[in-house]
Amino acid sequence: MENESGALSRVSGLFSARGYNIESLTVAPTEDPTLSRMTIVTNGSDAVIEQIVKQLNKLLDVVRVLDLNDGKYIERELMLVKVKASNQYQDEMKRISDIFRGRIIDVSDNTFTIEVTGSSSKLDAYLESLDSESIIETVRTGALGLGRGDRILKA
Amino acid sequence: MHGTYEANMAMQDCDVLIAVGARFDDRVIGNPDHFLSKPRKIIHIDIDPASISKRVKIDVPIVGDVKSVLDDMLECYGEVKSDHDKSLVKPWLAQIKEWASKDCMAFEDDGSFIKPQKVIQTLHKVTNGDAFVTSDVGQHQMWAAQYYPFDKPRRWINSGGLGTMGVGLPYAMGCQLAFPDSQVACVTGEASIQMCIQELSTCKQFNLPIKIINLNNRYMGMVRQWQEFFYGNRYAESYMDALPDFVKLAESYGHVGMKIEKSADIEPALKEAFSEKLKEKLVFMDFITDQTENVFPMVPNGKGISEMILAGES
Repeated sequence: MENESGALSRVSGLFSARGYNIESLTVAPTEDPTLSRMTIVTNGSDAVIEQIVKQLNKLLDVVRVLDLNDGKYIERELMLVKVKASNQYQDEMKRISDIFRGRIIDVSDNTFTIEVTGSSSKLDAYLESLDSESIIETVRTGALGLGRGDRILKA
Repeated sequence: MHGTYEANMAMQDCDVLIAVGARFDDRVIGNPDHFLSKPRKIIHIDIDPASISKRVKIDVPIVGDVKSVLDDMLECYGEVKSDHDKSLVKPWLAQIKEWASKDCMAFEDDGSFIKPQKVIQTLHKVTNGDAFVTSDVGQHQMWAAQYYPFDKPRRWINSGGLGTMGVGLPYAMGCQLAFPDSQVACVTGEASIQMCIQELSTCKQFNLPIKIINLNNRYMGMVRQWQEFFYGNRYAESYMDALPDFVKLAESYGHVGMKIEKSADIEPALKEAFSEKLKEKLVFMDFITDQTENVFPMVPNGKGISEMILAGES
């Protein structure tokens, strides 16, 4: 979509006005500074998804819409997790994080902060593998997607 | 929601439905599930892809400008060698005739009260069906649509399913400015007309001799009708005890005001308003109508279009 102020609010306004659910949303400028790329994770029946795509296409700020589910794609999300890591937990924490290829990026007396990237379901699995008592704080970016191979979203 | 019995039955019972630029709004199709309960093929021509399959599943979507699509269709139709048996359509036409025989538009009128339907019928007669007719929203809007048959395009101007009270007078002003020699009638209600009543001043400024037909039943009629049918006569906020003297109001703006209270006066009053004598003047006609009249047929909220309430049935 256009990299203009108001574009983001028009898209999210469309979702809220029509009651479509936004599970996650991430947006940033692309290699073309006049354009931004927004990735939205939503859920709904086929009819609802069809309406969402059609309504988005009607917005002036929106240049092109692609439903990644229509073909093969790569999905990635980044998450930072702050966990309790006092003495007896430290080794366990490190072991689980290694399994998920997470990296410990901050250490203090009582906490570790771990960075994990991967598909949203991998991040969900990571959180589930941790003892819920030990999770202090989490923050996620929301999923990004890119079509595989020749599948390109361009203006 | 207030279409004729035969129109709604035909729309429900047909085999193929061609929707040309229609948006399948709830006022037209009633309950979407009931609408689809009789399986039939639905073809939808619309310029906006988002409108297609938005409310009901469409079998044949055609995205395009109605004008060019219909032109193309007629060309294709001309090229197709058809040997279909035209007599097959006879039973269908007979069925429609049978539905029409219910005469769903008939209303009782013993002349003791002014019937709003009669006012519209008389308006049609006095204007030879040739006027531009605009309206606001409510019972008056439905009666204007039902009892003024239009046979020319772009003569019936109102907000349709958008239901915006207050547009009647401005729409009429636009028509009169565009067609200064034509007769323009604004059919309205006493609640709707007050939403943009100050435009009587603009009418004076630009000399717009429109004729305002105010169907005054001292209620917000459509609201009261729903309260009567579906909410046990709990008339909340739909009565109008604080109405102005419309004749004095129109005169204060420099126009002609008329108050009509007897059924026998309907035709003479309309004839006078549309006469040569008052050709240059805006005439505000305050018809004091029968308060108990309701709009029939009616498709109740949530029901299907073949489940109409007819007059004398409620």
